[in-house]
Amino acid sequence: MSARSYSPPWRRGIGYALLIFFAVVFIGPFLIQLATSFKTDADAANNSLSLIPHPATLSAWKRIFGFTEDAGIPFGRWLTNSIIVATFITLGRVFLDSLAGYALARLRFPGRQAVFWSILAILAVPGAVLLIPRFLVLKELTLFNTYPGMILPIVVDAAGIFLMRQFFVNIPTTMEEAARIDGAGVFRTYWSVILPMARPGLITLTILSFQGSWNEFQLFLVSTSDPKYNTLTTGLAKFSSGQLGAGTQYPLTLGAALLSTIPVAIVFFAFQRHFIGGQLAAAVKG
Amino acid sequence: MTSSVGSTTGTVGTGELAGTLEATAAPPPRRRRGRGSALRRQERWAGWLFVLPGLAVLIIFLVVPIGLAFYVSLTRWDGLSSPFGGGARFIGFDNYKSLLTVDNLTRQNFATSIRNNFYFVLFVVPLQSALALFLAVLLNNKFLRGRSYFRTAFFFPSVTSSIATTLVFLFLFSGGGAVNQLLGYVGLHGPNWTADSRGVFHQALGAVGVDSPPGWAQHEFFNLSWWDWLSGPSVAMIVIITLVVWTTSGTFMLMFLAGLQNINEEVLEASEVDGAGPWQRFRLVTLPMLRPTLILVLTLGLISTWQVFDQIYLTGNNPATITPAYLSYNQSFQNSAFGIGAAIAFLLFALIIVLAALQRRLIGTGEDD
Repeated sequence: MSARSYSPPWRRGIGYALLIFFAVVFIGPFLIQLATSFKTDADAANNSLSLIPHPATLSAWKRIFGFTEDAGIPFGRWLTNSIIVATFITLGRVFLDSLAGYALARLRFPGRQAVFWSILAILAVPGAVLLIPRFLVLKELTLFNTYPGMILPIVVDAAGIFLMRQFFVNIPTTMEEAARIDGAGVFRTYWSVILPMARPGLITLTILSFQGSWNEFQLFLVSTSDPKYNTLTTGLAKFSSGQLGAGTQYPLTLGAALLSTIPVAIVFFAFQRHFIGGQLAAAVKG
Repeated sequence: MTSSVGSTTGTVGTGELAGTLEATAAPPPRRRRGRGSALRRQERWAGWLFVLPGLAVLIIFLVVPIGLAFYVSLTRWDGLSSPFGGGARFIGFDNYKSLLTVDNLTRQNFATSIRNNFYFVLFVVPLQSALALFLAVLLNNKFLRGRSYFRTAFFFPSVTSSIATTLVFLFLFSGGGAVNQLLGYVGLHGPNWTADSRGVFHQALGAVGVDSPPGWAQHEFFNLSWWDWLSGPSVAMIVIITLVVWTTSGTFMLMFLAGLQNINEEVLEASEVDGAGPWQRFRLVTLPMLRPTLILVLTLGLISTWQVFDQIYLTGNNPATITPAYLSYNQSFQNSAFGIGAAIAFLLFALIIVLAALQRRLIGTGEDD
């Protein structure tokens, strides 16, 4: 500690310079995005690097919020759809993942090992190969172009089950045993002893589920074709792949994209520790 | 706000379930021993009851659909009628043959997508791992001020939506975009990034005077000339490579940071006493001790980069950037050739499994050392 703690000032200077350089690289694009949303189309195209809109205009934001004749994009509908599906997916994951996670961690039942390995195998399935399978099953179940079709396929996730299992494994068994000696059954124990102790794990799962479902793109892309089911991700993607190519409307799309990232950003800044813990737990399982 | 709503409602649901289930459970026997075995019995079916909803969703919406898609990969189906009610024509392995052995445009597209994705992986995996490790080492200094602010800045792009970040990067890399303006300041004339389909290796060769393929490189392999196989990533793909390195480095940085914090301080001090300089300490002590993390990062990187889709979707149906995941989508949903699309998905699935297994074989899992 003593010898290592000292590093010459010039080396510390280089360290800070590098850190600041990378901080600019990682955050700069968001600042440009913010500035662009207040620019005119011409200013955005010609002075894209500038952080000061000249002239500054609210026209993109007025269109996003529908204050003009030509709204350009149905932002309100996308936002509503994102809120609906993200809410249900998050609720479902928190409830179902933690139930399954607890059973795998603590309950002795025949076939537990088989269930454990099956879920591990499911976890290994690459998401990108699920595009067509998901479309197929939703079509067969006549859930294509419905909200349940956008929610059910990801209302449970194998990664969340493992996250919760990991969490429950690390909770000491003494409380559980005490509850049982007092005559509590499995369900009462789970409900009034285990869940309260698992609060940090549940918060992590809630945050990761919200982030995952808010940012979800592939499922919504293959589970709907009717524009009225567009979420912020599919709406923005379809809008821009059709029209952004013309090189115009950057303030509009970047403003809408910025607005779509704000909910996750707020949750991220408020619960950063849970994000980090969740990432690492997810990595351990990987 | 959503999270608080979430936990409240979830709580109510659990309570109701627990209540009804307990009402139907047999009354607990008085004796201690009987109580124990009753609990054991209760656990046996409670366990299944707990995992069943989750397991059912995974089976209905993941396992069974994969089976259905495999059947579709053996058919010719346009995506309209039900493929199981006679809407699809069973053609055996013809789709796979057409992708692998038949000399046609389908195979050429598939080969192109494999080439694009190969160069994407070749660039992204080393770059994101190295950048993540570099940032983690920079941050892993106890005497650093503002450490959590820097960590937040580096990690933030990882949590935002891939669609939103791709839109920003397409803007930054547009013809008159921020990147070309920056290049202009140092006197460079940037390309029209996303519209430029030239391979960077071809351009490098062009710079030393090799403009056309030599004779041997005109031979074809999988309907793509050797010259085309060796093109390197296209300029348009460089944009996506940059974007993905930028978005994923933060996550991997956190893994390296966790790994660095597990390294015993005393070992580093001992090596310093033995006269090792900073670089030697890093190479001979830190890096070997980070081996498990490094393997984890490389494995996760390898698996995820072969699945790149969202970013490709936004750059459109461009031969310079299409990947197998995108081609599978495009063939199915835009070309109504679901059989071919599903076959591509299964070939990609197989490729990822083979690569993961191969890597496990070659360098281990990182858990045993």
